[in-house]
Parts: sequence; C-alpha cells; structure tokens
Amino acid sequence: MIYDVIIIGGGIVGCAIARELMRYHLHVLLVEKNCEAGFGTSKSNSGIIHAGHHASPKTLKGRLEWAGNPLWDALCRDLGFGFKRVGEITVAFTEEEIKTLEHLKWQGDQKGVPGMELWDRERLRKEEPNLNPDLIAALYVPTSGVINPYEACFALLENAHLNGLRLVLNQRVTGLRAVPDGVLEVQTTDKVFYSRFVVNAAGLYSDEIADLAGVRNFTILPRKGEEYMLDKRLTGFVKRIVFPCPTPVSKGILIIPTFDGTLMVGPTALSTPDKTDLSTSTAGCEEIFAAVKRLAPGLSERDVIAEFAGLRAVADTEDFVIGPTQLKGFINVAGIQSPGLTASPAIAKLVAEILQAEDLRLVLRDDFVPTLRKPVRFAKLPTEAQIRLSEDDPRYGHIVCRCEHITEREVLDAIHYGARTLDGIKFRTRAGMGRCQGGFCTWRCMELLQREAGVPMAMVTKRGGDSWIVTQPEAEEELAEALAPEVMPC
Amino acid sequence: MLTGRLIHLRPHYDVVVVGSGPAGLAAALGSRAAGAERILVVDREREAGGILNQCIHTGFGLHYFKEELTGPEYAQRFLQDISAREIDVFTDAFIADIKAEAESHKRLVLMSGMYGVRIITAKAIVLAMGARERTRGAIRIPGARPAGVLTAGLAQKFVNMFGLLPGKRVVILGSGDIGLIMARRLTMEGAEVQGVYEILPHPNGLNRNLVQCLQDFDIPLHLSTTVVNIHGTERVNKVTIAPVDTQLKPQMEKSWEVPCDTLLLSVGLIPENELTRKLGARLDPVTGGPVVDSTMQTTVPGVFACGNVVHIHDLVDFVSQEADLAGRCAGEYVVGKTRPADNVKLLPGQNVAYCVPHTLSTDREHTVYLRVKEPLEKSSIRFGEAYEKKVRYVSPPETVTVTLRPRFLEKFHGEALRVDVVPRE
Repeated sequence: MIYDVIIIGGGIVGCAIARELMRYHLHVLLVEKNCEAGFGTSKSNSGIIHAGHHASPKTLKGRLEWAGNPLWDALCRDLGFGFKRVGEITVAFTEEEIKTLEHLKWQGDQKGVPGMELWDRERLRKEEPNLNPDLIAALYVPTSGVINPYEACFALLENAHLNGLRLVLNQRVTGLRAVPDGVLEVQTTDKVFYSRFVVNAAGLYSDEIADLAGVRNFTILPRKGEEYMLDKRLTGFVKRIVFPCPTPVSKGILIIPTFDGTLMVGPTALSTPDKTDLSTSTAGCEEIFAAVKRLAPGLSERDVIAEFAGLRAVADTEDFVIGPTQLKGFINVAGIQSPGLTASPAIAKLVAEILQAEDLRLVLRDDFVPTLRKPVRFAKLPTEAQIRLSEDDPRYGHIVCRCEHITEREVLDAIHYGARTLDGIKFRTRAGMGRCQGGFCTWRCMELLQREAGVPMAMVTKRGGDSWIVTQPEAEEELAEALAPEVMPC
Repeated sequence: MLTGRLIHLRPHYDVVVVGSGPAGLAAALGSRAAGAERILVVDREREAGGILNQCIHTGFGLHYFKEELTGPEYAQRFLQDISAREIDVFTDAFIADIKAEAESHKRLVLMSGMYGVRIITAKAIVLAMGARERTRGAIRIPGARPAGVLTAGLAQKFVNMFGLLPGKRVVILGSGDIGLIMARRLTMEGAEVQGVYEILPHPNGLNRNLVQCLQDFDIPLHLSTTVVNIHGTERVNKVTIAPVDTQLKPQMEKSWEVPCDTLLLSVGLIPENELTRKLGARLDPVTGGPVVDSTMQTTVPGVFACGNVVHIHDLVDFVSQEADLAGRCAGEYVVGKTRPADNVKLLPGQNVAYCVPHTLSTDREHTVYLRVKEPLEKSSIRFGEAYEKKVRYVSPPETVTVTLRPRFLEKFHGEALRVDVVPRE
C-alpha cells in the first residue's frame, strides 16, 4: 500500500499535523519510535500557550506563535485536554525594567495581542499578594494559558486515529529514499512503508532523519531545560504565569500555575550534545530557586516533589525549519523549539498548505469527527456530581492514586485508550504525579495493566524499552518478546 | 487478616478512625473501651493492619506484648479484638475530604469501589493515617530519570506482598530502619546489595537492625556519604557516590561510581497530614504532625491523632500505647466524659527536637515522647528544675520515653516546662 503521507514523529507537532490531515480524504501513517506518543520533548516542557508578544514578528516562530495561540480554544473544546487561559504577568523591580515592559507592550500591540495592561505596584500587590513586595510594576497579558501538553498529544492522536489515522509505535526510522513513480520508501526497525509524501516531525532527531533522506541542511543543537514541581498545598500561590523581566538572551525562570494546580518553576537553558541527556543538576536547581526566591520569597526548594528535564529541539538557524526540500515529497518540520507548543496547531495548518502546494490533493471529508468523548476529571468535580457519577459506576469511588485522587475508572479509561506503561497512565490521568511519586499507585496501576491489558505485572515498564520495574523470570522475557505488539491500538 | 468489606455502611458514627494500621486499630479498641458505640475504621489498603502486613520480619511487640512477633502477627492480635468487639472495618476505602462542621459533627467524604462516593458524619475522629516515605524529588538527587529508583517501602511491598524482585544489584541510600530491613530482605531473595549510604555521620536506624540486617550479612554501611548522581536512560545503570563534609556538602573530587540497577531510598518518613490540614488543625513544623494535648486531641475539638501522623515512631509498641490513649479520649469525648484541662506547656530545649504531647496536666500521669538532635552518652533529661531522669545513651533514631507522675511536678507552678537533654554533671 502507498500512503499519501507518512509523518515521522508523534510529538505535539506530528500529532497536530496528523489530526489536521485527517480532515481530508487521505491515507496517513504516523511512525513513532517510542512506546507512546508525546514521550519526547512534548511531555517535558513548561506547558505554556504564549500570547505572542515575547517573540519578534520577523521570525517564522514569532508569526506561528501568534497564529497558534487563538486556535487552542476550539481544540480544547473539541478534544477536552487540560487548557486554561490563566494569563501572565511580566514583572519589574526597577524603572529600567519598566521600560522593557513598555517595549513588550508595544511589540504586543503591533502584533495585536489583546487586553494587555500595565499594572502599578498597588495593583500587582492586590492581584498577586505572594510575590516580592519590592516589585514595582507588571505587564499583564490575559491570553496566555497553561496546558497539559502530553494530554494534548494523546487527544490529538486519539482523534486522528478515530478518523482513520494508522499508527505505528516502537519503530524507529532507519532508512528513507526515493523509489520510482514519485514514491518515497521509509524503512523502520521492523518494516518498510511507502508514501508519496513524508513529513519529518522527528523533533530532536529531525536532523538525522533529514540526513537519511540526504537533504540535511540544518543541525539540531539540543538545549536542556530543568523544571521543578512543588507540593500541591501551594495551589493558588500565584494565579498567573509569572515572568521576570526578560534579558536580551532569555525569558528567564518562570513560576507556572499548571492546569492541575501544581506550581512548576523553571526552566533553565543549557546546550548539551547528548540527545538522551534528561538529567537534572544541582546547579540547575540552585539557579532556578535563586531566581524564584527573588520573585516570590515564600517559595523554596523544600517544597519540591519532583523534577524533570526536557530538551528543546533547537535548530542552528535558531528558527523553525519548515518547508519542502530537494527530495521531492520530503517536508521538514524541524527546529521546533519554544514557542513550538503554542505554534503547533498553526504549524499543522501551514504543513497542509505546503503539501497542497506540492501537489497533494486536499479534499475535505464530510465524515470527519472533530470531537472526543468528554474526559472526566473526577477529583475536580463538586461532591454532588461525584456522588451521582459513582452511583452509575462505583469504580469512580475506588481510589488508585491517593495524592491526586485518581479513580480506578479513570485509569481503566486510560488503558482503554492506549496506555500500556506506567508513564502512559500517569500522563493521561495524573496517577503518580503527586507528592508520594507513585509509592501508593505503582503496583495498583501494574495490577490494572495486567488485568485490563494482559500485560503481566512483571513485564510492565515505566515508559517502554528497558525501563522495567521489577525483574522478570527468564521464561517470561521470551514471552515478553512474543507479546510485544507492533501496532498498538490507539 | 481482615478484609473489611462492609455490608452495611451507616450514615452516622460516634467515632471514625482514619487508618487501620497499628495506630488506628489500637485507637478503635480504645474508643470501644471508653464506651463509644458506633465505631468505623477506614483504610485505603485492601487489608487492615497497615504497613505491618508487609513487615514480615520479627521484632514487633517486645514492649507491648513482652514477646517477639512478626508484623502480621502483631496486627492480628488487634484484629481479633476488633472483630470480637464488633467494630466496623471498611478497607479499600478512602476519606477524600473531612470537615469539622460543629463541635460534635464532623462531615467526611468516603470513597469506595463498593459504595461510590458517600457522605458520613462522626462525633469524634481519630486521625491515624501514618506516614509516607520521602521520595527522590523531596531530597532532589540530581541526575537522569530512569526506572529503578524507588522507596524502600514500595520495594518491600513488591517483595513481600507480590513475590516480585525490584532489582538484582541494589544501592540503598539512607540508613533508616526500612532500608536496613530491605538490605537483608533483598539479599535473602538473591539480590546483591552493594552498600548502604548515609549522609549523616551516625546511622539513622535502630542498633539492632544495624547488627542483624547489615553486619550479619556483610553489607557495608558508609557514613557521611551520599548519592550525588543517577545514571541510565531507561533503567538505572550506576550511581555516583560522594563523601560529604561536616556541612553535609558533597566533596565531588572524592566521588566514585557504583554500578547497580536499582537505587532504594530510605531517607525518612513524612507524617501524612493532608486531612489534618483540611480540618484546620495546627501543625508542629518540627514533627510535621498536629499539635496535641495530653489526651492526643488536636487543636480542633473532637479530632484526635496518634501514631506516625503525629510524629515518627521507631517502635510500633509505642504507637499502640499512644493510640490506645487517643482512642480512649475520643470515646470519652463521645460519651461526654472530660479529663482535667492541661495546665503546662512543654518547651523543647537543649538537644531536644520535639516533645509529644505538647501540653500536660499536672494532676495525671503522662508518657512523654521526645527526640534528641545529637547522640549523647551519660546524659540527663531535665524537665525544668522539677524532675530529672538519667539515661545511659540517647540518639536521634531512638525515641526517649519518660513517664511523668504528678508527684514529680508537685513543686512546679509555672505554665511552661522546658525540656533539656544535657551531659550528666
């Protein structure tokens, strides 16, 4: 079979493109090397939908950020992932910094960012009383938001799959070449696929994929960011995303009230040559908390419950690399660093336009289903609603994760819609994200994976590959190989 | 073993005990003994008994029963009485929210797979949720984030409850008792324990565990050393160890690497006080638990607390003793009996991290638990000028227990009594 489009990479960009293309009469395949979508850069970032005033309109990323921001409301309404426009403030300690705020506001006005306000000390005090009282001004921008990026990936992919996307997991692309009749051949670790078009959305590895295609003209220089999650008793400490006054080189260390109410602080920005280096460091922790304490003296490293690091797929051009290449049919969507998450729905639309310009016929379907079932976030419901729901299904009363109050029914839904690993459950439900960091729910989730998905407890992994949880008897190791599915249900 | 699948859940109880570990069980029995009628014990685990169920080693009960029992045996002693006294036990159930609406009216949101979400009320509550283990995030070990970093308690659950082995080459960080017990347990199950690393200059577990779990199995204990880095992309493949200076700062130039597939953390317990916070009870920043009076009542009337939720105990025997008192006082509260109010406040002084309870009444006998900050030989525990007790040796991992009789305080007329642990003159 010859596909119309093969997308390499199931991060937020690949998932957004897949979902966008399913609006049309097309045969599309998405190939992902990890055991689940969104397990690379997309799950380890600040989770911010930027308003658009930080980036210059002269860059592609600046334009797509601005274009992407307003698209998230409809996506969230249709797909139900966690997203909320909490707004952001950029704060100033000095008169000098106020000038920078004024410039930012001017830049935002130029781009048409709505609702921006400059706040004086008094107003800032009233709105965000837990910030440093020495702050003298802030620029408030209401259209910034926080998002659960991994949920967005899962939801986009699930919806694309619902509309006919073919999905291949656990397969790395190892070869890519043109074969006769305008067809591209994509070799993976397991199989060979054919397609008229290939979209390279391989994130950190997009330069290597371009290399396989023989059209590499950029290099990915990974830039690491560390983030620290704080205890939930600090929920509400700040209401909006807090930015320090930016310097020419950096947006600085932020305080982020995530969609789920957990405070997150970070990120750092440090170049690293190693695409698998997701380590956190003492230096990173010190840098972050020195900056955070200056913004909000009430926060400290003692409040940390978890930390992580992500790698930004920065291209050496410092801008997004999106467009056709010398290899007919091979489209790069690379170098998607910040604000790539914000921009991703706009990137998807741009890619559809590029494909069309490259002679892919786009015919809208009339049977496209834009929505998913409405996800239940049980812990967020009022008690009366919880009582009603649990009367119909008492599994809503059975707690699996005691920190985040995640119920058996929610975990079962996650497994039903594709979770096969502990991280897969965690990023779909929040089970394991709380203060005990899986001490309570780990074996419960393993049991449910065994019961519902037929993965024996001893074969459950954290996130696929060699990330085993408990040792396996040798006989079971062979069984594990025999059972490893090449195509997972979404 | 008791798997309490309640057949009939009442809407109103006299006493609801949150947690069926050693604290909850003894408290429920205490409430019954004091005359409370409708008593419910709720536990989120499937079986009553709490952490005792996975502690299959011996060493429990030497003080309380004057014999050496395993964890499950120790729990069983209480569970038999619980059944005999017709106390309702509801396991696999969870208190999601709690509110003190009026003096004798507490509202609880109870979740279970059996009844879904229900609201029940209680006249009195005993908080006995125990403690959770400190995690990697809480101590911020830098490095990669592979699978294979887990708490000693979760490892114990895997091995003892499921027959699953969490790894083959194990490094243990922290010399807390669970870590020491697991060093021995994993060795017996065929894993190679590379060593136990403790950041402090003194061990953090009971002396008997150091001897029976490490020395007897030739497992090295490295004091003043810690894990400074974790390596491996998918699963742990090694850790970096470094000695620390007197300020506990790692000396990276002296670091070395230890290959392993598992890092076990035994770096302390944190009292589980989420519900206590929801009730608005005052917390002691040192213990991490609620401030309690001599009846184990928190600052919210009718809400009592006992066990590790109040402060971390090293022996279950003391938990049972303390919980019995808390339960009795909750029972008395329900039937309208009161004890004379407390009139003395205990103030932790020299070399004292904390004292529990926080206040006393001079006309009753009390057991005071205190924890020292530094090890000290030939020391003296002083309660102001009023009373002095000589002890041979004190150390932070071992709780000091003092019985204070009314006659000791006959000559004391102040409001605050300072407690010091000082070298004997």
